[in-house]
Amino acid sequence: MRQQSFEQQYGDQWQALKLLLDDLALSRRKRRLSADELEQLPHLYRQVCNHYALARSRHYSPALVSQLHDLVLRGHRRLYRRRGAGLWRLVAFIASGFPVALRRNARYFWLATALFLLPGLLVGGYCYSNPEIIYSVLDSAEVASMESMYDPENRKPGREMERSSETDFVMFGVYISNNIGIGFRTFAGGVLYGVGTLFLLLFNGVVIGAVAGHLTRVGYQDTFWPFVSGHGSFELTAIAICGAAGLMLAHALIAPGQLTRLGALKVRAADALTLVMGAALMLVVAAFIEAFWSSSSVAIAIKYTVAALLWLVVVLYLGFAGSGSTRGDDGS
Amino acid sequence: MLDTARQYETPEGIDLEMRIAGPVVRACAWAIDLVIRFGLYGVISILFAFFGGIGVAFILIGIFLVEWFYPVIFEVRTGATPGKKAMGLLVVHDNGTPVSLSSSLIRNLLRTADFFPFLYGFGLLAMLFNYEFKRLGDMAAGTLVVYDDRQVERMALPATEALRPPAGLTGDEQHTLLAFAERSTLLSDDRKAELAEILSDLTETQGQAGVEKLHAYANWLASGRGK
Repeated sequence: MRQQSFEQQYGDQWQALKLLLDDLALSRRKRRLSADELEQLPHLYRQVCNHYALARSRHYSPALVSQLHDLVLRGHRRLYRRRGAGLWRLVAFIASGFPVALRRNARYFWLATALFLLPGLLVGGYCYSNPEIIYSVLDSAEVASMESMYDPENRKPGREMERSSETDFVMFGVYISNNIGIGFRTFAGGVLYGVGTLFLLLFNGVVIGAVAGHLTRVGYQDTFWPFVSGHGSFELTAIAICGAAGLMLAHALIAPGQLTRLGALKVRAADALTLVMGAALMLVVAAFIEAFWSSSSVAIAIKYTVAALLWLVVVLYLGFAGSGSTRGDDGS
Repeated sequence: MLDTARQYETPEGIDLEMRIAGPVVRACAWAIDLVIRFGLYGVISILFAFFGGIGVAFILIGIFLVEWFYPVIFEVRTGATPGKKAMGLLVVHDNGTPVSLSSSLIRNLLRTADFFPFLYGFGLLAMLFNYEFKRLGDMAAGTLVVYDDRQVERMALPATEALRPPAGLTGDEQHTLLAFAERSTLLSDDRKAELAEILSDLTETQGQAGVEKLHAYANWLASGRGK
């Protein structure tokens, strides 16, 4: 069959597919075609795929081939696109997707927790037994500012600024951008064979441990511990979860198993993303608690009680939420 | 064939062709985005500067959101950030479909690792070590950055009478004749004559007459009688 008669025979179908794709590219409200007409897409698309293959194998002119290729490419993109995520997906994600994904990858979480916690405890213990050690972790200016923050004379712990109602809001913004950024970097470091994740977990563990040990040593425990115990539940757990997500990437690269490194990374990254996004939401909660609750001047006993409750909430949520659901994986 | 063209075989068994974008054009796109991002930082800062402490919180959160999610929002909505759009690029999955939210999140969260130690050092290294110019984020997300080939209006063959070409032309040679005829509007007359003279053995003419004759052959190939 010659090119010209080929075009005459099938040109109408190409035109129909083009109109269909143009219509689908519009938003739902602007579409002119009925649902029945839109349902023609798979059929028409496969017809044109066939024509494209014919045109190529018969060496028809390049312009015709590229015209058909363009139609096929657009059709393919339309037909095989992934479903978007709706708001209800977010609810499902919080209710079950995230905690279930975390439990499925529990061993990474415990490894990350160990990497975060053990150096912290070790350095914290050192700093508690010897008040000079802190200066090998932080420089003297940092130590001074940290001490002034938790000085019992200071009327609002955890702050350097004057106490005002607006300070809470400012600090909320600081915590959001700072902590979630750290969480994301901890995750991203996993793609460097885990070196970045490892470094950030150890570094943050050491600094937090050193500060805690030192402040307890110099007698600021009644300002420091009530302040950090509440939001620490969400914050520290979330950082460990981001670390776990980073370790998942690292594991895929170091020991890909049956897959290629690239294939393992792709599979594992989708799962790890669930953990990171969940941790980001936890960090938002933590920032909220830290800005508006931890800094308040409520009695110490109440703060400790609330902190215990918050820890319980975190443990129960991560340990049991969504365990009744059959659809464990939301496949985000 | 261009060496940056990648084939993806669809479930229908046909090969889709995608042209992969290289580091230079992507760096340009990133630079444009950088300017836009800084513009956004400025707008956010000016907008909320009058709201005291709460305004500062909004500025901090706004800058954080732009820093991490600016590419995600645009990629999910239109497949490309404004910078990529300006350079004619598109982000797609390995199978050529539009990038989804989760893939876009992965590729953009991993920018930090790509950026390391400075100015996308690792990202560039990674790009140079694979055939698809993927940076680390693209590898984990399974995405490609390709040229967004917009179909230009198809050229009609020049209207001449059809003339049967000499026998024994291979498929590729016929293909070349057709391509030459279809591109005739894009070439100057001198250039066409120059190209046609390469085939003076076939046409047995020189200059403009040779061009006409090749066009006539192409017309016969496209519409000819018989077969």
